[in-house]
Amino acid sequence: MTAGAILEVTDLAVHFGGVRAVDGVSFHVMPGEVFTIVGPNGAGKTTVFNLISRIYDATTGSIAFHGEDITRAPAHRIAALGIARTFQNIELFEHATVLQNLLIGRHPHRRTNLVSELLFLPHVRRAERAHREKVEEVIDLLDLQSYRNQFIANLPYGIRKVVEIGRALCTEPTLLLLDEPSSGLSVEETEDVSFWIDDIKNDLGVTIIMVEHDMGLVADVSDRVMAMNEGKLLALGTPQEVQADEGVQRAYLGA
Amino acid sequence: MRFVFKTTYDQDINLLKHEGYVRSYGILLVLALVAPLLLDEFYTGELTHIFAFAVCGLGLMIATGFTGLVSLGHAAFMGIGAYAHGYFLKLGVPWVFSVVLAVMLTASIGTLFAIPVLRMTGLYLAIATLAFAIICEEVFTGWKSVTRGTDGMFFEEIDLFGWIIEPGSLPFYYVLLILLVGTLLMTANLLRTPIGRAMIAIRDSEISAQSMGVNLARTKIIVFGISAAVTGLGGIMLAHKTTISAPDSYNILQSIALLLMIVVGGMGSIHGAVLGAAVVSVLPTIISIIKDWLPSLQDIHTLPTGVFGLVLIGFIILEPTGIYGMWRKFKLFVDVFPLYRRRTFKRQKAFLKTERMR
Repeated sequence: MTAGAILEVTDLAVHFGGVRAVDGVSFHVMPGEVFTIVGPNGAGKTTVFNLISRIYDATTGSIAFHGEDITRAPAHRIAALGIARTFQNIELFEHATVLQNLLIGRHPHRRTNLVSELLFLPHVRRAERAHREKVEEVIDLLDLQSYRNQFIANLPYGIRKVVEIGRALCTEPTLLLLDEPSSGLSVEETEDVSFWIDDIKNDLGVTIIMVEHDMGLVADVSDRVMAMNEGKLLALGTPQEVQADEGVQRAYLGA
Repeated sequence: MRFVFKTTYDQDINLLKHEGYVRSYGILLVLALVAPLLLDEFYTGELTHIFAFAVCGLGLMIATGFTGLVSLGHAAFMGIGAYAHGYFLKLGVPWVFSVVLAVMLTASIGTLFAIPVLRMTGLYLAIATLAFAIICEEVFTGWKSVTRGTDGMFFEEIDLFGWIIEPGSLPFYYVLLILLVGTLLMTANLLRTPIGRAMIAIRDSEISAQSMGVNLARTKIIVFGISAAVTGLGGIMLAHKTTISAPDSYNILQSIALLLMIVVGGMGSIHGAVLGAAVVSVLPTIISIIKDWLPSLQDIHTLPTGVFGLVLIGFIILEPTGIYGMWRKFKLFVDVFPLYRRRTFKRQKAFLKTERMR
């Protein structure tokens, strides 16, 4: 147990039949850190995310968040505990506006019950206003003002990525999981993403775990990097250390 | 083009978002209120029929249109509502309490049905609901001591705390109108609160709804309960309108008619349920008028079923967003003229859904 760690992963493994997608990985993430997971395709990076957000059940090992064991916590509880995530291929609600998407991020903070919602009692209206205020803070942070009432289906890919980060922030997380935030983005948009990540870390004090392929972005924003291959941990350290690691170079170049 | 200058969050929260809404819904309400004074008895009757159907359609819309839980057996809930209401009335329960009790009973049966069944999705869920509807139809036919079997159960006047309202009378129209408007308001409230957003989230992406903290199983079960309750209320209204409740009013064809209603009206919108109800109620009348013109069609008894099917297929192929979708496109076209983009309503194929993870 590492003292003060926000997330502590111990001997984590998941097997799908004979495939060991993640095979005995241990790491910890400190508060306020940007922790990046890199590795070739199929290394098990996204699987680690899916294990933390409890979409998959771990075969062995444990995950502790703020010292609390969440290895068997129900998936819908994860957001309420303070872990939010984005998806590699964007999982926004396409037939809804940006505002509605962000408001769904407020779901873990729902304090009203069904009957009062059906009747729309005054305290439901107050709660809705409070949700909206939080959402507006996120809109401000990510400069989404002009897209507020646009349907997701009408937005370019880059903006959708940002909206997805925004939706995750609306849950007021302490730990944010970003799955390839720069995939499919132009060079300029990728630079923007690195600014957002800095802002989220410094202004909101949110700890970030990120899966990323763009080594420029990784070196820019990460405090520590973990390299994985075939479900196993290859190297863990500063971006420079990991890039210089022989095992990592072999995994990438196949030499 | 209208530009709404927003100064408070309430403008987005309110149901009537700007004076345009107040005007159009105001006119609609006034029309609905004076309609029975202007129209003759037949058309007033047709309107009450639409009201009853619209509530049934709303019930299905809540499950299928908003949450994506396909049901091919919602007519069963209409039946449960109507029979329960009739039975409670026979026991001497006052009308209002009988309606409330029957709706609550339908909700509980819907919930109990949902608990095992909602682990299924898509086609499998549809088949399970179909099976449920067939079982219910058998129960309606066989449980003669309660339902009077194929003889049917008769609904006469409404006894509203001593005030006797005959079916087809003016007050009867207003009772049904009040029930419809009440259901519409509650559904609208549902959609602007967390539960409604959770429903839409489940429909569009279960996996991301879950990681936003939506309890999938619980939300689906609650939604199915609400949906059953609303459909049950619709069944009660329809039984009063037609004055009879017999098993064949709750067969597969009725369930399909409900589905037709929400597809033709427009999936995923409250307006769609009402517009669809209007189409489904009026279609048989139109068919019988056409039959008068073309006597050679007189002998084809399955004509309505065939026309229903054709209309359904036509909408699925040509206008999957339904009548309300057509209206929305037209409205947007006018609103933003000449900047309309066809893509706004284009359905996108997402090949890379993370749904693959399941």
